Amino acid sequence: MTLCYAEAVRGNLAKAFKLMDTQLFRRAALPKSYTDFLGRKLFLFLLTVQGLAAFALITLGVILRKSGVARNVIRPRIRQEIARAGVALLPLFLFVALALGFLVIGQTVSVLARVGATEYLGTTMVIVVVRELGPLLAAMLVLARVGTAHVIELGTARAMGEVEALEALGIDPVHYLIVPRVIGMAVGVFSLTVYLIIGALASGYLFAFLQDVPLTPGDYFRELVGALGWLDFALLALKTIAFGFFIAIVTCYHGLAQPLRLEEVSRVAVRAVSQGVIVCVLIDALFILLYLVA
Amino acid sequence: MSETPNPAAIEMRGVSVGAMRDISFRVVEGVDWSVAAGEFWVIAGQQHSGKSDFLKMTAGLMTPVRGSYNLFGVETQTFGEAELAERLRVGFVFEGGQLFNHLTIRENVALPLQYRQNLAYDAAAQAVQPLLELMELAPLADITPPNISDNWRQRAALARALILKPEALLLDNPLGRLGGRHLQWWLRFLDRLWRGHDWCVGRPMTLVVTTEDLRPWRNANRKYALLRDKKFFPLGSWNDVESANDPVLKELLAVPLETTI
Repeated sequence: MTLCYAEAVRGNLAKAFKLMDTQLFRRAALPKSYTDFLGRKLFLFLLTVQGLAAFALITLGVILRKSGVARNVIRPRIRQEIARAGVALLPLFLFVALALGFLVIGQTVSVLARVGATEYLGTTMVIVVVRELGPLLAAMLVLARVGTAHVIELGTARAMGEVEALEALGIDPVHYLIVPRVIGMAVGVFSLTVYLIIGALASGYLFAFLQDVPLTPGDYFRELVGALGWLDFALLALKTIAFGFFIAIVTCYHGLAQPLRLEEVSRVAVRAVSQGVIVCVLIDALFILLYLVA
Repeated sequence: MSETPNPAAIEMRGVSVGAMRDISFRVVEGVDWSVAAGEFWVIAGQQHSGKSDFLKMTAGLMTPVRGSYNLFGVETQTFGEAELAERLRVGFVFEGGQLFNHLTIRENVALPLQYRQNLAYDAAAQAVQPLLELMELAPLADITPPNISDNWRQRAALARALILKPEALLLDNPLGRLGGRHLQWWLRFLDRLWRGHDWCVGRPMTLVVTTEDLRPWRNANRKYALLRDKKFFPLGSWNDVESANDPVLKELLAVPLETTI
């Protein structure tokens, strides 16, 4: 597998995806016309999508094929990554949940109660917090806190030759370095989103209560529960796992899949975060379509 | 009764080697080379002559750009998961060690064993202890690589390469960053490995090292080769090295010039 992986990196990404050409495009002179410029950007975009898709498929393949390989090494690493992308971020998420509740939800509850539209409370909260704001905010925070660390760690490991060392020892770098990060981040984003939503809804009511909004906790939570359907739970789980998976794929791809020099790591980290944001927004748009269809 | 010849551990025919960073850039071309099991080869070359890339290709970390390369009789162009066991018959020591900085020395040495044999950490740590003691690394076992000197890092890299008990060992400029005492230890230890060390159940080990300075490697029992101008020149014994009239070779044999102010 290590050689297959090495071939994937040096063969697929350097030849099939023509990353060398990508570098040429990046270094090329300024475009003479907007069509050239747009064409170049589109071409680069397609190459990146192709590289990311290949990397995602390689990672999925390794997760499935090697689920029983070296469990005593991989499982502790998965636990470490869940702790890093989940447990370690709980204080930050508690703060953000309180802020979100006070700044957005509390005011929304207050306004809806004032105009006598509390019957829309549940639907509004479910659409705004459960479906959109909660998952997207959780994904952005994890991308910023853990995704950037992934790019820097893996980019440095690649630049320092640690990936070659793994290959020399017969250790599959995707299995050892990427799989724990992908699983850890998927579990982390899902769990943190649940905590964020619960925290934000609770603190939002607290804010409304402090403003003397005539709404009992029973009515508030009855409205929320009434607006929630099984589809919300299923799509919330799918969406957050997809966020975590693809954030990890984007950040690990930029950190690991291309040979880097140390001075290139910071530039690549910025590019990975930008692409991570774009990927999350695209996944979000896809799930909006799913909600509309369902 | 006729003697059975040693099977070739390494057999290259018309091999061209690409650079690790850019496979399309060829660093060595047209290599014809054969290493029998139990031989000790020293490959000399100046800086940036392609020694590291050549050795990485020899270890099976990348496939040759051209030509055929058989490692223990297996064609490396077809190397995949099924042939991994064949490739792991070769150990590799990187220049500078390339240890994993987030792991301690003990964890670094134990990792290949843990991964290949799915051992729990405690069992693997117990298994590596004799090797750590043999390499005098036991007092440093719980320290991470950035906190120890180059000398010990290089020795830890040797321990990591030996933990799977390979039949052949490739070492990329192993003496390059060593102080005097460590240099002597390495020369003695490699000689013991070549003759058959207890750690490898007394089996003589095939050794290939690269160097920018031939002098410490002088030995009548070793074979020598030179990498120059993208070409690989097998030279033969030490006598052949000394009698060769090659300016680069003379430079690799000469005492380095000290800059005086």
